[in-house]
Amino acid sequence: MILGVAEHERGRLNERSLEVLTLGRRLAHRLGLPLHAVLVGADAEPLVARLAPYGVAVAHLVQHERLDEYAPAAWAQGLVGIIEAERPQAVLAAGTDRGNEVMAHVAARMALPMAANCTEVEPGERYRVTRLRWGGSLLEESWLGGTVKLLTVAPQAVPAEEAPVLAPAAVKPVTPALAEGDLRVRVTARIEATRGGISLTDARVVVSGGRGVGSPEGFKALEELASLLRGAVGCSRVVTSQGWRPHADQVGQTGTRVAPELYIACGISGAIQHLVGCKGAKRILAINTDPEAPMVARADYAIIGDLHAIIPALNAEIRKANADQPPR
Amino acid sequence: MNVLVCVKRVPAVAGKIMLTADAQEIDTRYLGFTISPHEECAVEEAVRLVAAHGGSGVVLTLGPPAATEQLRDAMALGLDRAVLLETDGREWDPMATAAAIVDAVRAERAAGVEYDLLLFGNEAADTGDYQVGIRVAHALDRPCVTGVKALEVRDGRVVAKREASGGWEIFEVALPAVLTVKEGLNLPRYPSLPGRLRAKKKAIEQIAPQRSGGGLEKARLKPPKERGGQVEILGRGPEAAARAVEIFRALGVL
Repeated sequence: MILGVAEHERGRLNERSLEVLTLGRRLAHRLGLPLHAVLVGADAEPLVARLAPYGVAVAHLVQHERLDEYAPAAWAQGLVGIIEAERPQAVLAAGTDRGNEVMAHVAARMALPMAANCTEVEPGERYRVTRLRWGGSLLEESWLGGTVKLLTVAPQAVPAEEAPVLAPAAVKPVTPALAEGDLRVRVTARIEATRGGISLTDARVVVSGGRGVGSPEGFKALEELASLLRGAVGCSRVVTSQGWRPHADQVGQTGTRVAPELYIACGISGAIQHLVGCKGAKRILAINTDPEAPMVARADYAIIGDLHAIIPALNAEIRKANADQPPR
Repeated sequence: MNVLVCVKRVPAVAGKIMLTADAQEIDTRYLGFTISPHEECAVEEAVRLVAAHGGSGVVLTLGPPAATEQLRDAMALGLDRAVLLETDGREWDPMATAAAIVDAVRAERAAGVEYDLLLFGNEAADTGDYQVGIRVAHALDRPCVTGVKALEVRDGRVVAKREASGGWEIFEVALPAVLTVKEGLNLPRYPSLPGRLRAKKKAIEQIAPQRSGGGLEKARLKPPKERGGQVEILGRGPEAAARAVEIFRALGVL
């Protein structure tokens, strides 16, 4: 069988898991094998109904009184128990922080290789996998060996798709044997975010600034534009390394990946590490003095010129448009 | 406290990535090299921890002889010593890399050097394997916290924070421990000229590591599908604003 790890937290399923199960089901179908899912921790049972439409025949619920909080090594130990008992041909998790972490712990415990952030999988004695390099600026085709193939699926590489055949998934509770060492690392406290305003990941519009903004003060006009469009302000890596904006605002391979309706890139040349951070945007507007900048080439729309003149003009134009319109 | 930081030499790519003719590597003829951004923060944190708690900071890399450049860069920031696990430049998969690092840590232990903290980047900028630190921690039977963006060491324990959906998760583990860190943990300093001069004089210990394990074998590299389409130039300068606002309205963001 093929085993897919379904991530969940506090009663909510991580949508990335549905992408994992979609890829898992396709793989299982090609091999003529059933697809099983595994959910670790409390409050998982009500989520099984959400998995069945994705072709899950059996849902293994790893339950233990010490698994009330996330503990990566203990989660991995729960998975190792199922892998040893059920001998899946492959185990797939999401290429999220947790998915990559737990799968790496499984790989370490079982002395197996693991391929992170795969976008395509071809089964065989060794699997031929395509996976992300440079955060997705490049792809790598690799051979993945091991008696059990361990891999994670790059987020948004495989759109979640329900299966045409619906049957309820059988539920199989499992209690793992956990050692004290498995619980050395577990969440001991949480701090809920108190950030006001719209977060970068949720914003429908992101106004992002790069080196061309020139100074921390230069971001005032971008903040105004973001506020007029009910969006959030982002920035490129050079801006955070200059100390002009906090790292939390950074869009890119080592910052936040954003997927707004509109991404406005102001004075950003468009290094590949930045482009992978905004490639999820539906539309990109680049404002840049250099018409040859990679950011301009990658954009849908561009305004060529000095952002210090263009953004205030944009702000004035939007205020005028808003004044002409009855408030919504 | 003694801190070991593991870094990786990677090409300093910025624009379009060009591949070699056999699609095995990035064409680096016109590129410099650097260490991954997460690891720059790991180096900075090691320097700060040693300054605050005493002890010694060591940087280690597995890579070709040219990777001494990255080791000296790290020493220029204030680390005391460097170890090069020398390869012929071909890529080692994460399993083999972790095994070589474990061997090196055990060899240091046999020579009387015990590390309280091993720092890694959360993932290398190029291969993004997300597993070397975890494999090393498991082999050495040490707790491992990944994705760390803030940390504090006190009374033989480390409190580490990492971002999670809608906030932060806090972990607390006893030393010795392994942490994999992310950019944003700190703002790395630039090396000073005296620091660079001192680093030049420091010896780099070179070890020929045993290559073992493996199981993820690169076949070839390829560019991803490009987002197609032409860019529409809305205009030049401030007079393009009116056209831009029309577009905003059409996109439903106004």
